[in-house]
Amino acid sequence: MIASAWRRFLGSYLFFSFRRDRIAILSFVVLCTFFLASFSASLLAPFDPYDPIQIDIMDSEIPPVWMEEGDQRFLLGTDAQGRDLLSTILYGSRISITIGIFAVLLQAFLGISIGLVSGYFGGRLDNFLMRLADIQLSFSTLMVAIIFLAVFQALFGTELYEKLAIVMLILVIGIAEWPHYARTVRANVLAEKKKEYVDAVRVIGLGSLRIMFKHILPNTLSPILVISTVQIANAIVSEAALSFLGLGMPVTKPSLGSLINSGFEFIFSGSWWITIIPGVVLVVLVLVMNLLGDFLRDVMNPKLYKD
Amino acid sequence: MFAFFSRRLVQAVLVMLVISVIAFSIQDNLGDPLRELVGQSVSEAERQSLRNQMGLNDPFFVQYWRFFKKALLGDLGTSYFFKRPALDVILDKLPATLELVFGTTLIVILFSVPIGVFAAIYPKQWFLRLVMGMSIIGISIPVFLTAIMSIYIFSVELGWLPSFGRGETVELYGWTVGFLTRDGLMHLILPCTALSSIMLPLFIRLIRAEMMEVLESEYIRFAWAKGLTRRRIWFLHALKNTLLPVITVGGLQIGTLIAFTILTETVFQWPGMGFLFLEAVNRVDTPLIVAYLIVVGLIFVIANTIVDLIYGLVNPTVRLARSHPEGE
Amino acid sequence: MALLEVRNLDVTFASWGGNLVALRDVSFSLEPGERLGIVGESGAGKSVAAFAILNLISRPGYISGGEILFEGQDLTQLSPQEMRSIRGNRISMIFQDPMMTLNPVLTVGVQMTEVLHAHREISAEEARSRALQTLTRVHISSPEKRFDQYPHELSGGMRQRVVIATALLTESSLIIADEPTTALDVTIQAEIMDLLLELCELNNVGLILITHDLSVISQVSQHAIVMYAGRVVEAGPIWEIVNNAQHPYTQGLIGALPQQTTPGKRLNQIRGVMPSLSNIPEGCAFNPRCQLVMEVCRTSVPTYTNIGSTRVACHAAGSAQTGNPLSLEHNKT
Repeated sequence: MIASAWRRFLGSYLFFSFRRDRIAILSFVVLCTFFLASFSASLLAPFDPYDPIQIDIMDSEIPPVWMEEGDQRFLLGTDAQGRDLLSTILYGSRISITIGIFAVLLQAFLGISIGLVSGYFGGRLDNFLMRLADIQLSFSTLMVAIIFLAVFQALFGTELYEKLAIVMLILVIGIAEWPHYARTVRANVLAEKKKEYVDAVRVIGLGSLRIMFKHILPNTLSPILVISTVQIANAIVSEAALSFLGLGMPVTKPSLGSLINSGFEFIFSGSWWITIIPGVVLVVLVLVMNLLGDFLRDVMNPKLYKD
Repeated sequence: MFAFFSRRLVQAVLVMLVISVIAFSIQDNLGDPLRELVGQSVSEAERQSLRNQMGLNDPFFVQYWRFFKKALLGDLGTSYFFKRPALDVILDKLPATLELVFGTTLIVILFSVPIGVFAAIYPKQWFLRLVMGMSIIGISIPVFLTAIMSIYIFSVELGWLPSFGRGETVELYGWTVGFLTRDGLMHLILPCTALSSIMLPLFIRLIRAEMMEVLESEYIRFAWAKGLTRRRIWFLHALKNTLLPVITVGGLQIGTLIAFTILTETVFQWPGMGFLFLEAVNRVDTPLIVAYLIVVGLIFVIANTIVDLIYGLVNPTVRLARSHPEGE
Repeated sequence: MALLEVRNLDVTFASWGGNLVALRDVSFSLEPGERLGIVGESGAGKSVAAFAILNLISRPGYISGGEILFEGQDLTQLSPQEMRSIRGNRISMIFQDPMMTLNPVLTVGVQMTEVLHAHREISAEEARSRALQTLTRVHISSPEKRFDQYPHELSGGMRQRVVIATALLTESSLIIADEPTTALDVTIQAEIMDLLLELCELNNVGLILITHDLSVISQVSQHAIVMYAGRVVEAGPIWEIVNNAQHPYTQGLIGALPQQTTPGKRLNQIRGVMPSLSNIPEGCAFNPRCQLVMEVCRTSVPTYTNIGSTRVACHAAGSAQTGNPLSLEHNKT
């Protein structure tokens, strides 16, 4: 069963175009490397940035090895607290990617459910939900997240907030972006509903839930895949922005955004690497996802909701 | 036109009401106005009688109504930190933020329209392909990173441009503006570039995609068959149709732009509302947080209404919704 | 001198898998004020031929051979600037779907007067009065009101009248109409067609009418050419073509007309479908569908034979079997 699905994939147009597109292959390889490296951070990283015993404040602000004052122990140098930058980046990417994926899972769950219900049942419910989606989209995610997180931080106090940060980030980014999925799924459901087979299965007497999940949903998979690639990239950027503002992950458990934030003041004294290296890592991560998203959109050419 | 306009107005008022309720519930839950007033050295009984006196024990709706009436008169409370009316504190910083927003909007409009249009007309031209390739990189770099990197390059390493603050400003009809002095302009360059670094590629890509679709349409083919000049076909027939979806997306981006001003102002220590807001959050200066919400909400609603009106002016199907197609 | 003379026109579409030939060796001519019909199934290259005359084939297509002589001038040799002064000025075009032809965000008035401004030194008021006059000529009531309206406020038939009026504004000597009534309601199709004919006749304007419907052409035009897979398979006076068709494809088209069928019987049809440009059969392109196919049809492309006043590209042309096609006989019984 899996073997046949795999063979079908190898013969598909998607795989055919992928093999001919050097940029797509490169992006895919880089992305996979990112995922593997960050999720095996505890094995790969030379230091554990969460372990205070391994950190020596005397090692702070050491530049990367290729510079004059570099130190063999720290490939990419150290930050202001003396943590090995490479290890911190590996652990940080893991947090960024985790938040990105879970936030998008939440978006997808909310958006697909609402989109299916809205498109399938139509009428007033549809009107109401889509109006809500319009309003939610016009308030920017980042704006809503900033205000929401700022108020919660003020309400909880910094200490408790730092413990909850990862959950809060996933919730806020996850809830704010559902309309992208909902509108696209709804548009596809409306198109699918017109086709004969949906009528046919309804005649057989299948319930609406079964019809939606067994017959309509599989047909909306390609637009969902395209949106998800770009949305994970967006979620990672949003997380980084929030952490940069001090509303996200704390410096003790940094994501890429909080790393960039913690190093920012040091660029004026010349220690550029604390900020710039995690910055470049973040850009590459987001860039390859956007490139893959572009590739998928061009190849699958799904019916995306157009604003 | 009138019906269209009044519908938008009702919608704007509704959104403002929702924002005011949110703002009020924040005020209601965040911080204790009593403590700010009298400190902690007051007995419980005295506290209660004071609370009653101030109406803090009234039902939510009564309190909200009081807040609403005061807000209508422009009274949004007194900042704990600045000891001045919160609205005044915010409005002092408004020109700085608006200057950033206008500068960015100008850059985006001036560059995205011609680049997007020409990239659609000449999809194979090498320079435009290069620009399109750059645009996906531009979209992938978060605003605050562009800001940091541009500071590192142009201020720290090269020393060409200032890295923080507004520089020299002058008073103009009660507004402090920076764009009239050389120093002020120099200070504007980096923040505005950083702020447009993500909006510009977004709009270039959007305009290009829409324009390419429009150029394939039958009415453009008909326009060629009529023997019109290329200029008229591209910049009147095609561009006007391209702009409709672009205006809609532009409206959706207003909220994002305001959020990005917070990021940019933080990096450049720009003395605007966003910077002030983050300070207020750190100090738990509730009235200031609430005032920021209301002012930003108002800007957002006004800007969106203007965008809708522009859309209505460009798109005839909206403007003349009252008359219907007539038969033979 | 002929108004338009197309000689051996070839149109090619460049593509990655090799070039596709959309038109091959197409020739026809038209006298001033004459009406010519171009018939064929969709995909036969009728529209490509029409757009080729105005040099408006969309990329990656291009004219790869032949000449298009308009009033003695070869249009394929003109500069873009000279070509522009012909389009909409000397040769006008009417498109298929009036719902898509007019720009949705510009008023009727703007879209009409801009043609005048593009080709004449003319004041705004004068252009306006010319446009209003022409709107009246195409029987549009209250033209003053329509002038300031947007396309979406007009019905389909009214929009096609506007398009026709636009074509008449500049006193072109040739109008190319690409299925001008197909997208309209059946009830107003005849009305629009009559209007078009009447105005062409009145102004002595030549008309090229492109359609898939042979019966329309038989009522309207003096000459017709029948196209199949990018080639002209038969050309001649309409009377000859309808009554004495030589090519089996033309015979099939005539046999498929509803008038040719006894009520209650199934409509005749030509079996099979038109091949796509990328896999046109060897020899005569029609051979897989032809009832009279011979061995030679599968290997060599037929040349043109003159039979009476018609010109036909068929190996069987002139032999005893044509004019008495088995397919039609078979179906009529």
